[in-house]
Amino acid sequence: MSLEVPKKLEREINRLVKNYPEKRSASLMVLHALQEEFGYISTEAEEWAAARLELKSINIHELVTFYPMLRQQDPGRTVVRVCRTLSCALAGSAKLHGHICKRLGLDADAPGLQRTKDGKYGVEYAECLASCGTGPVMMCNDDFYENVSNDGADEILKKYDE
Amino acid sequence: MAAKRTEPAVETVTVKVDGCAVEVPRTMPNWQGKPEPTTVLQACKQAGIEIPHYCYHPKMPVAGNCRMCLVHVAMPGRPGPDGKAPTNEDGSPKVFPMQLPYEPGTPRGVIGCATGIVPGMEIYASSPETKEMRKAVLESLLINHPLDCPICDQAGECKLQEYSVDHGQPESRFAEVKVHKPKAVDLGPRITLDAERCMLCTRCIRFTASVVGDDALGIVNRGSYNAISSYPGQPFDNNYTLNTVDICPVGALTSDDFRFQMRVWFLKETKSLCTGCGTGCNTVIGSRENRMYRYEPRQNDAVNSCWMCDAGRLDYKWIGRDDRLGKLHGPRGNTTWPSALREISGHLAKAAEGSVAIVASARQTNEELFLLNKLAKRYKALTDSVPRNGEADHLLVAGDRNPNTTGAQLIGVTTQRVGSKLSAIVKGIVSGKIMTLIVYGEDVTQHGIDAKLLGKLKMLIVSDILPNATTRKADYLLPGCSHAEKRGTFTNVKGRVQKFTKALEPSGDAMPEWEVLHELVHNVTGLDGFNSIEGLFNQMADEVKAFKAAGLTWASLGDNGADVKL
Repeated sequence: MSLEVPKKLEREINRLVKNYPEKRSASLMVLHALQEEFGYISTEAEEWAAARLELKSINIHELVTFYPMLRQQDPGRTVVRVCRTLSCALAGSAKLHGHICKRLGLDADAPGLQRTKDGKYGVEYAECLASCGTGPVMMCNDDFYENVSNDGADEILKKYDE
Repeated sequence: MAAKRTEPAVETVTVKVDGCAVEVPRTMPNWQGKPEPTTVLQACKQAGIEIPHYCYHPKMPVAGNCRMCLVHVAMPGRPGPDGKAPTNEDGSPKVFPMQLPYEPGTPRGVIGCATGIVPGMEIYASSPETKEMRKAVLESLLINHPLDCPICDQAGECKLQEYSVDHGQPESRFAEVKVHKPKAVDLGPRITLDAERCMLCTRCIRFTASVVGDDALGIVNRGSYNAISSYPGQPFDNNYTLNTVDICPVGALTSDDFRFQMRVWFLKETKSLCTGCGTGCNTVIGSRENRMYRYEPRQNDAVNSCWMCDAGRLDYKWIGRDDRLGKLHGPRGNTTWPSALREISGHLAKAAEGSVAIVASARQTNEELFLLNKLAKRYKALTDSVPRNGEADHLLVAGDRNPNTTGAQLIGVTTQRVGSKLSAIVKGIVSGKIMTLIVYGEDVTQHGIDAKLLGKLKMLIVSDILPNATTRKADYLLPGCSHAEKRGTFTNVKGRVQKFTKALEPSGDAMPEWEVLHELVHNVTGLDGFNSIEGLFNQMADEVKAFKAAGLTWASLGDNGADVKL
């Protein structure tokens, strides 16, 4: 199975590759662009990137397995990331995370990202999201939320439900 | 002095290794043979001191990741404002032992494999500081190592074991739980990986990427979960994968063929050659109690560097096959060598010129072909051999799949067009002119002389090691020896004459072909030869033009052979 890359993304990737004297140097930028588009780096995406950069698939696979933020599985349509670094932890981020997981029917104690069966949500902990004065904080995809209470979380998640 | 000046000037640098001044070349060839600044490790080697190392391999790019070759060094001082280098009180140049910038007084090591030498540098290859560094590196490497040496195939030839004895600390301080990683991973059709034993030196990755040109391996995951891997779904499968087992300094990569077969310290090692093609890769045979267990490549920079192909490496099973010919047969059933040789000699003595033909094999040794050619000359016999061709590759495999075609051509048993005279032999048999056929090591029924034609002969003398349609038709069947069971030489496709030695005893009646031929030639031609392989080779080297021009002698071949002009 080969990856269908939209024309627009392909143009963007062409632009990225041109920025570097060696194609291989663009590996991470290309992977970011692919993840932005597809939400994660599938096997097909790895192979596509390797072919685009004239590398072997293993060269790309090394990178994808090295960086935790390059996802190898579909994380869900909306990724909820709850900060657990010190300030947020003191402000109750564990409770918030537990509440969200309970609401979505996920296991809060399982390691790593937890995804709902319908693929709508993925929930995971994140390290410092850089708003220590307003904890607990969380992100839904690229949207940032501060001072999130349990009720507040319910309200926020409603926005992403459909 | 003047005489020395005439030699091409090699720019040298003087450094001190363990207090002794050593003059070493400023540059030395890297893995591709291009000059690069001489490294600390190379300088020490020239001084006769081995720096322990895992990831460094002279035939591969330097990675510098295992840290095993850390050594403490001192650098000469930089010239001051007056342009003079700092000196000690007695006027000698002052050196500064390297130390950690943020922790003055703590010695700082450099990796010997990737640090170029500087004139006046002092290398403390055996100092307490260096020993302390090695101890620390080994402790770190052993933290997550499973220490399963009792069941590890590498045990006995493992650098982790060897360096632990030489440089390690006697006790482990590690009280925590080891990280577990994948075990018995099927990395490819011939290789099994134990990721826990791996110390991530990346030799296998660099070998397949740089030497073979198949960038198939990489390191996946992160930190203590790092593991060697091929791309999921793409097995590590090129014709050179088994070399990674040789260069793996630990027991991480093991050969499926050799895995759990034999403890390596029981193996007798015999210098030999691969017979898989005309390249003639130098090998070592590992055998025990007359059974061969493995081939390993033996370094010969003029032929195969440190490598051999997988096909050649696994091409040894036939040596120990159950159906090996072990019985000497005459027309009246089993016989003995003295009577068989007497009868054959008697028959040949009566044979007329032109009534004998010889099909030799380009898998035979130079010595055997030389003796066969002597017989041929006596009878003005038609002689030829059988071509065996395949596809050549970019590294070692030659298109010619016979190990000694060049030898057969130089000696005159066959022409440049191998097999071109076979049709003439067929014609001779059909016309009844050829009445005696001597076949060595080939199944001629596969090459135009079918069983019916063989039936027309008055006398068919066959020597081989495995049964086939020709051996079944033989009047005299002389069981021969594989190259592992005798001594001799081959000439490879580039004209390098190389010798191999005997690893195994032949079984049953089997005798080295040259001993039998020597006897026959003596009986039939009256020529007195040598009854040692050394003497026979030297006689051949004196009579065969190309060998004589190169001034070959058995002794001068050494372990790595000698070139003749083609």
